[in-house]
Amino acid sequence: MGIGWLEVVVATLLISLVISLVLARGRHWLEPGFWKVAAVITSSVMAITLVLLTFHTVQAISMGSKRVPGPEVINKEIGYVYNADRRAMEPIVGKEVGLFGKVWSPKEAEELITKGKLVIQSRNCMDCHTLLGNGAYYAPDLTKAWLDPKWEKQIMPMVGANSREEAMKVWLMNPDKYPTWVRRMPNLRLTEEEARAVVAYLKWMSAIDTNGFPANFPEVQVSKQ
Amino acid sequence: MERLYESQKLALWYFWTAIILFGAQLLFGLLAAIQFINPDFLYGTLNFMTNRMLHINAMVVWLLMGFIAGIYWFLPLETGREVVGIKLGKLAYFAFVGAVAVVVLVYLLKQYGSGDFFTMWFITEGREYIEAPRWADIGIVAVALIVAFNVVGTAVAARRLTGILGVLMVDLAFLFGLYLAGMFFTPNISVDQFWWWWVVHLWVEATWEVLVGVLMGWLLMHLLGTPRKIIEAWLYVEVMLVFGTGILGLGHHYYWIGTPEYWLGIGGFFSSLEPLPLVAMVIHAVYDAGVHKLKTVNRPALFWAFAQAFGNLFGAGVWGFMHTLPQINLFSHGTQLAAAHGHLAFFGAYVSANLALFYFALGKTRVKEGYILNGTPWKIAYVGLIIGMFGMTAALTVAGFAQTMIERATLGSTWEAFMQAQMHPWMEEAFRWRLFFGVMFFLSYIILLYDLLTAGRRVEALREAEVAG
Repeated sequence: MGIGWLEVVVATLLISLVISLVLARGRHWLEPGFWKVAAVITSSVMAITLVLLTFHTVQAISMGSKRVPGPEVINKEIGYVYNADRRAMEPIVGKEVGLFGKVWSPKEAEELITKGKLVIQSRNCMDCHTLLGNGAYYAPDLTKAWLDPKWEKQIMPMVGANSREEAMKVWLMNPDKYPTWVRRMPNLRLTEEEARAVVAYLKWMSAIDTNGFPANFPEVQVSKQ
Repeated sequence: MERLYESQKLALWYFWTAIILFGAQLLFGLLAAIQFINPDFLYGTLNFMTNRMLHINAMVVWLLMGFIAGIYWFLPLETGREVVGIKLGKLAYFAFVGAVAVVVLVYLLKQYGSGDFFTMWFITEGREYIEAPRWADIGIVAVALIVAFNVVGTAVAARRLTGILGVLMVDLAFLFGLYLAGMFFTPNISVDQFWWWWVVHLWVEATWEVLVGVLMGWLLMHLLGTPRKIIEAWLYVEVMLVFGTGILGLGHHYYWIGTPEYWLGIGGFFSSLEPLPLVAMVIHAVYDAGVHKLKTVNRPALFWAFAQAFGNLFGAGVWGFMHTLPQINLFSHGTQLAAAHGHLAFFGAYVSANLALFYFALGKTRVKEGYILNGTPWKIAYVGLIIGMFGMTAALTVAGFAQTMIERATLGSTWEAFMQAQMHPWMEEAFRWRLFFGVMFFLSYIILLYDLLTAGRRVEALREAEVAG
């Protein structure tokens, strides 16, 4: 990784303190001017550190990086297993299985993911669900929704589909017809194309390395390649 | 009564609009709270997602309007002259209110669109807290720039740059600049959330805190006559602590969105220091009030300023600290515990501040010089709102605790685990208590509204009746 959190913390605090004291020397500590210097320097040091870390982070989370896989990962088997070294759950990618009965080219996959995100925003999913833990708390977290055992256990038999993606698609298009609980998802009039894009999106999202969130999620193994 | 600057009249428009939107926020919050207990309520007509969106969006907008009102109220007093672009400011007010009305109508009548860019531009962007369609985003930036222009222009015209004005200008620049970080589309949700938090966290936990520090500083100066030197020294201390802890404290939102692991340590460390400036603000408020032996002609303003200091410390500080460390947050993130923290923090830090400012402005417009603004309704509203909010927070804290233990720590964060936790009596009961205290909060708001409409007028009528015998 190269960047240690402790070094960043100690360095920012020390630099703020030293520069502030040097520039404010000679002023009484009860004067506003003393604290003005401290305020300007501390804010600047923290802001500059944030900008520097942002360059690194944005690169580390770009599509196709180690932490955030490219869209073509929707063609692969995706699992979620415990890594004893990190002491955290992490996603793993298995063999090629396709999605909706086909293998999507990188360009097609990217278009599908983009459509999926547009659908998720247009239907305001985050004002009921949480994605990566952010959003509202009225409906389940969707971070690992693709891997959720409920699709196979309950939804596949319920809607009469023979694959996970088909079950998700049918369910997303008619959530009011297949209620799972008293809090029912309203029918948000997803077209078949939109529903398919959302399924692909949820599959892609489940392959993001989220530092072990959510914890304790049931392990999902991938078949040997 | 003092003669008002045009800028202060504009501030009153903003205050009244803000207080009406406050009511709208509570109304949609109540609808959402009812849906937690009875999910069939308005199902398919006005779904939870729409109520929740209106609940949080109304909050963001009315708090911002209150802050803008505070700026327009104190700016002429600070610079000793009328605000330069007052006509532009009034135009911006109408543009702002008109835009809000259109957005709300679209939210209510249309609710959602199809998955394309038309929806992003004209219906909703569907990104929590910044759901406003893109055209409205651009409008908000334009309004914000006009406020910033007025602050800078007036200071230049008056040839006066105080420490408070300096802090305000820098803060406004960041406030408006950061909003731009939320105005783009990316399919990559990790990148989306990364920048989204620049708007949501850096706004609320950094620039808003400093802006409120500025406004409360002005309030204490005018309410209690605290010397400028003390106010400015404290303001700088607060800026140092708020930006010093809040900027990298942003890291506590970067734990689980796909970002590198160093954010766990950086975020955990700096966010655990975030309560520090809030403690400083409490000391400041208590110290000043003590020095001045609580003597003010405007007791509601002073009491709301107190509520601000303590509410900020408890809501943002204590409730935030409860689940800010990554070891805890791994389980509590995205549960009702976050809702508990959010409710108390926004009420303590920002709602109380706006109410203090509003009462202060009323004291200057309604009441004759030296007259004490001290009726009974404001006390009932004050106690009712505080008990209502703490009640909601307590209920949500219990719910959050149960959800953390059952859904996350025990059953493993699946769809089924979520449902099991939500159906647990500790959660179901808590949602009923939340609604009960929510209703109490709403009723207190009605009393508050009555008091704001009649304060001064009512007392004066009484006094005149006494004089007349």
